[in-house]
Amino acid sequence: MSGRIRLNWGFLFFFLPVALWLLLLIVLPHAELLRLSFTSSRPGGFTLQNYMAFFSEPIYWLTFVRTAFYSVIVTFLVMVIALPVAFYITKVARVRAGGFLMVLILVPFWVSELIRVYGWIILLRESGVINRLFTSIGLFSQPIEMLYNDVTMIMGLVYTSMLFMVVPIVGVMDALDDSLIEAAYDLGASKTAIWRTIIIPHCMPGMVSGGIIVFMLVLGSYLTPNLMGGKNSLWFTEQIYNQIILYFNWNQGAAFGFLLLLLSSLIIWIALKVTGQNLGEVVK
Amino acid sequence: MIRSLPSSRRYRWSFNLFIGAYFVLLFAPLVVTMILAFNDSMYPSLPWEGFTLDWFFGSGPEKFGIFNDQANLRSLAFSFRVALTVACLSTILGTCAAFLFEQENFRFKGALYFLMIAPLVIPGVILGISILMFANTVGIFIEDLTGVYVKSLVPGFWLVVLGQSSFISTIVALVVSARLKKFDRSLEEAAYNLGANRAEVLRYVTLPYLRPSILGGAAVAFLMSFENFNTTIFTVGSQATLPINMYMQVRDGSTPVINAISFLLITGTSIFAVANLYLGKKKED
Repeated sequence: MSGRIRLNWGFLFFFLPVALWLLLLIVLPHAELLRLSFTSSRPGGFTLQNYMAFFSEPIYWLTFVRTAFYSVIVTFLVMVIALPVAFYITKVARVRAGGFLMVLILVPFWVSELIRVYGWIILLRESGVINRLFTSIGLFSQPIEMLYNDVTMIMGLVYTSMLFMVVPIVGVMDALDDSLIEAAYDLGASKTAIWRTIIIPHCMPGMVSGGIIVFMLVLGSYLTPNLMGGKNSLWFTEQIYNQIILYFNWNQGAAFGFLLLLLSSLIIWIALKVTGQNLGEVVK
Repeated sequence: MIRSLPSSRRYRWSFNLFIGAYFVLLFAPLVVTMILAFNDSMYPSLPWEGFTLDWFFGSGPEKFGIFNDQANLRSLAFSFRVALTVACLSTILGTCAAFLFEQENFRFKGALYFLMIAPLVIPGVILGISILMFANTVGIFIEDLTGVYVKSLVPGFWLVVLGQSSFISTIVALVVSARLKKFDRSLEEAAYNLGANRAEVLRYVTLPYLRPSILGGAAVAFLMSFENFNTTIFTVGSQATLPINMYMQVRDGSTPVINAISFLLITGTSIFAVANLYLGKKKED
C-alpha cells in the first residue's frame, strides 16, 4: 500500500468513533458499575456491604440460584425442541417449503417480546380464551388459573427465546451433507445412532452459539418472568429493578448487576471451554 | 428419515404432528391478540360480542381507540424518534467498526474486537443500569466542575438512544462485516492506481458495494430499538417508549386498545421484516 499518511487518516476516521463508543458506552459504564457496587450511599470509601447483603439475605441469593438454574433448564429445553424443528426445515421438508417455513419462524420474533407475552396472557389467564373454550365444550368444569406459576413461566421463556436457537442450528444443519446420513442408514444405523454420532456432533457449533445467546437472554429477561411468573417466581432482574427503581439503592443494585454479569460471563466461558470454541466464531 | 430415505408411516405422521403443533403454538398468541382487537367488549377476552373498529377509531365515552389515545400516540411518536436516531447512530458506528476490523491492522485489534462483541453477551438490563449510573456520575462531575446542568445526561431521550446504541451498533457491525469480507480489495487498488484518494474510493467503490448491508443493518437497528425493553426501562425519563407504556398497561389491567396497538405493530413489523428479507435476498444474488 502506498501513501502512509492517507492510510493513517483513514484509520483514525474509523478508529475514533469506534473507540469512543466502546470507551464511553461499554468500558467506563461497567467500571462505574463495579465502583458503585463497592461503595456505600453514605460518604465513605470502599465497602463490601453490598455483597455481604447479598449473601446474608436468603431471598437474594436464592433468587440468584433459582434464576441461574431455570435459565439452564430453559436453554436445554429450547435446544431439545429446536433440533427436530431445524431438522424438519433443512432435511425433511421440500426445499421450497423449508424456505417458507423459515420465514414463518422468523416473522413472529420481529414482534416485540411484550406483545408475545401479552398474547399468552390473553390465552392462559382465568378469564382467558383457552379457559372459555374448554369450559364451553365441557372439558373443564370451571376455569383454571394457568398463569402465574413456574411451568407457565418456563414455557413463556422457551417461547420467547426459541428463534435464537433455531436460526444457528438451521445454519449448521444446512451444511450437513445428506449422503452421510444416507450412508449410515445403508449401513444399518438406527435413528438414535444417526442423531448421536452424526447429526448432533455436526451441529455442535450452532448449538453452542444458540445456547449462549438463549442463556444470556433468559438470564437477563424481565418481561416474561414479571408478567407470567407468580408472586413466588421472582427473577433476579426483578431484584435489580427493585433496588434501582423502587428503593433507589443504586449501590446495592450495582452489586446485583455485577453479580449477574459475573454469572453470565462465567457460564458462557465454561460453555466455550468445554466445547473448545471462541466467542468471535460463536456470535457470527 | 430425510427426504431421500424411506421412513415408517407412524414416524412421518408423528413428526408432521410435532411440527404442526410447533407452528400452531408459535402463532396462536399473535393471532388471538389480533382477532380480539376487533371484539366489541371492554375486556380483551372471549366471549365474542360482535365486530367493531372502536378500539382503533373510537372516540369515547366508553371506548377510546388507539387513534384517539393521546398517551399511547405520544409514546409511539417517541419510540419512532428514538428508533430513527438509534438507527442512524448505530449504522455509522457499526459501519466504522466493520471497516476498522476488516480492513485495518493495528495493535490490540483482537482485544478491541472482543470488546466490540461483548455487548451481545451482556444482559440488556446490565447495559441499562451501567449507562444510567455512568451518565449520572458524569452529570454530577460536570455540574460540580462548571456549574452547568447537562440535561441530556439524565434519564430521557438521549440516554435511551445511547443505551440502545451500545449494543445495536455491534449487530450492525456484524451485518456489514459479513458483506465487507466478500469484497474484492483489488477493486480498491484499481481505483487507487487510477488516482483516487481514500475518500473517493470509499465514496465511489466500497460504500456502493456495501449499500444493501448498510440499509439492512439500519432496518434491523430500527426494529430492535423500537421493541427494546430491558435496556430502555432504566434509561427512560418521564416520557415512556411504546413497549414500556404498553407494559404498564398490561401489568395494571388493560383494555383491547392494547390489542389494537399490537395488531398494528404485528402487521407493520411483519411487512417490514418480510420486505427486508426479500430485498436482502434479491440484492445478495
